[in-house]
Amino acid sequence: MRNLFQVSAAFEDIMPAEYKSLIENGPFGGDKGVTDLGTFKELLEEHPLCAGCGLALSLRLILASLPNPEHTIIVGSTGCSALAFPQAAVHNIHSLFGNQNAVASGLKRALSLRFPDVVKDVVVIAGDGATADIGLDMVMHSWFRQERITTIMLDNEAYANTGGQESGMSQEGAVLNMAPKGKNFSKISVPELAWASGCAYVAAVTPANPRKLQSAVRRGILAARETGSSYIQVYSPCPTNYKFKPNQTIEKVKSREKDGTYQVREYISDEAQLLFDRLEEVKNG
Amino acid sequence: MLTKRYEVQKGPEGYLPPAAAMMGIVPSEPGTSLVEGQMVLQETAMEKVADALLQAKNPVFFPGPLILWAWKEGVEEKAQAIKELADAAGAKIIPMPDYRPKYPMINPEIEINPNHPNLTIWHNNIDVCLFVGVHCHYANIALKLIRGGTDCYTIALCAEAGHEDAMISLRDVGLDQIRQITEIVKKRKETQK
Ligand SMILES: Cc1ncc(C[n+]2csc(CCOP(=O)(O)OP(=O)(O)O)c2C)c(N)n1
Ligand SMILES: [Mg+2]
Repeated sequence: MRNLFQVSAAFEDIMPAEYKSLIENGPFGGDKGVTDLGTFKELLEEHPLCAGCGLALSLRLILASLPNPEHTIIVGSTGCSALAFPQAAVHNIHSLFGNQNAVASGLKRALSLRFPDVVKDVVVIAGDGATADIGLDMVMHSWFRQERITTIMLDNEAYANTGGQESGMSQEGAVLNMAPKGKNFSKISVPELAWASGCAYVAAVTPANPRKLQSAVRRGILAARETGSSYIQVYSPCPTNYKFKPNQTIEKVKSREKDGTYQVREYISDEAQLLFDRLEEVKNG
Repeated sequence: MLTKRYEVQKGPEGYLPPAAAMMGIVPSEPGTSLVEGQMVLQETAMEKVADALLQAKNPVFFPGPLILWAWKEGVEEKAQAIKELADAAGAKIIPMPDYRPKYPMINPEIEINPNHPNLTIWHNNIDVCLFVGVHCHYANIALKLIRGGTDCYTIALCAEAGHEDAMISLRDVGLDQIRQITEIVKKRKETQK
């Protein structure tokens, strides 16, 4: 791995410390995960998201969970997460709002042709508005086509970046800055849509359980490599738009899990289950 | 209609300067270079590079990913040659390690970002800069932005077809050409003594 990220000797003294620590103590080539957070240089450290942002926390955990960050390309979309990606030390493409799964499909296919001997993980990370509303067409068709990509939704139950409109993922009755009378319809069950659309692996998780989140991200990416599309939904509440204190984000997640209005769940196809079992066996020797 | 030939001069040209290509500047033929949009012999352009660097108050080299990272055979040697050129010309080096926009947070003292190169130029009062090892697309964007927002004189040493958005653009630059420029710089300094 070192030779993939080697600084030319003549320029070693002028390379910013950030890059040196990414090489010496970053997540590349090793086997870092969420339990190692705090001990290595992360892909994303500085970002302009709000204090207590659930999405920023989820993103941090997702990036730490990537099985192969040096060969991962993230496709993002407009929304709050798009403000963080410019600082992330991982290849990422910002696509037109809603187009992310179409862009990722083409990218994955092109990479398979260009690098037939290297596994390149293409991972979509986008908001609930981008995934469940404006890009739903592109998202579902990528599943119907069994594109070998992983789709991760950062579900903050609102159009947060534009000041608080309801999204398909907002709960019934949700009141937001620009939904003062409360939402009239229920939250869309995207995990079930994904499962019915033929995804090989589907999970709904939260940042309150980092190990579970990591397992879902890794399973989703492995399933996309070998069997078919995968979908992971991460509940990432927004203190700014839902008007709770920044230090209450995790409490918020837990209370929603407890009252059953956000259910952590997993759907695994037989083929994906066989794959996970095989990989477990290999790992346990 | 263009009545006067466009000259690639130092700015500030203002918000949204045109790409030189839009103004009719085309890459130079092999063996030649561009100086302010005019095709000249490569040797002439090398002399101009030496002049610009030696006359500058604060010349700075901006090496990009293609030369900062030892990603293939031959890069280390080229990097060493660029460092020798910078040393000979008394130029500082500020790297452009990658192209992520890092907006709005960069430390202009230690890095340059292709998406807002003006920050590094303003902060460090750079009057002449030299691009090397920056992928074409990002070099052209950055060079254009520099012309738009600063009065910095730009030089590009390109291993491919050159950058018409730079004030001096050399194409097909390899180890030999870099060393040749270093020799010219050293000779100039001798005669100026
Ligand atoms: C094609 C297009 N339509 C609309 C917008 C305006 N827009 C920017 S962010 C956003 C909402 C994003 O919501 P979501 O995907 O949930 O992300 P969040 O900001 O909540 O993380 C919208 C509608 C846009 N940028 N581009
Ligand atoms: Mg949202």
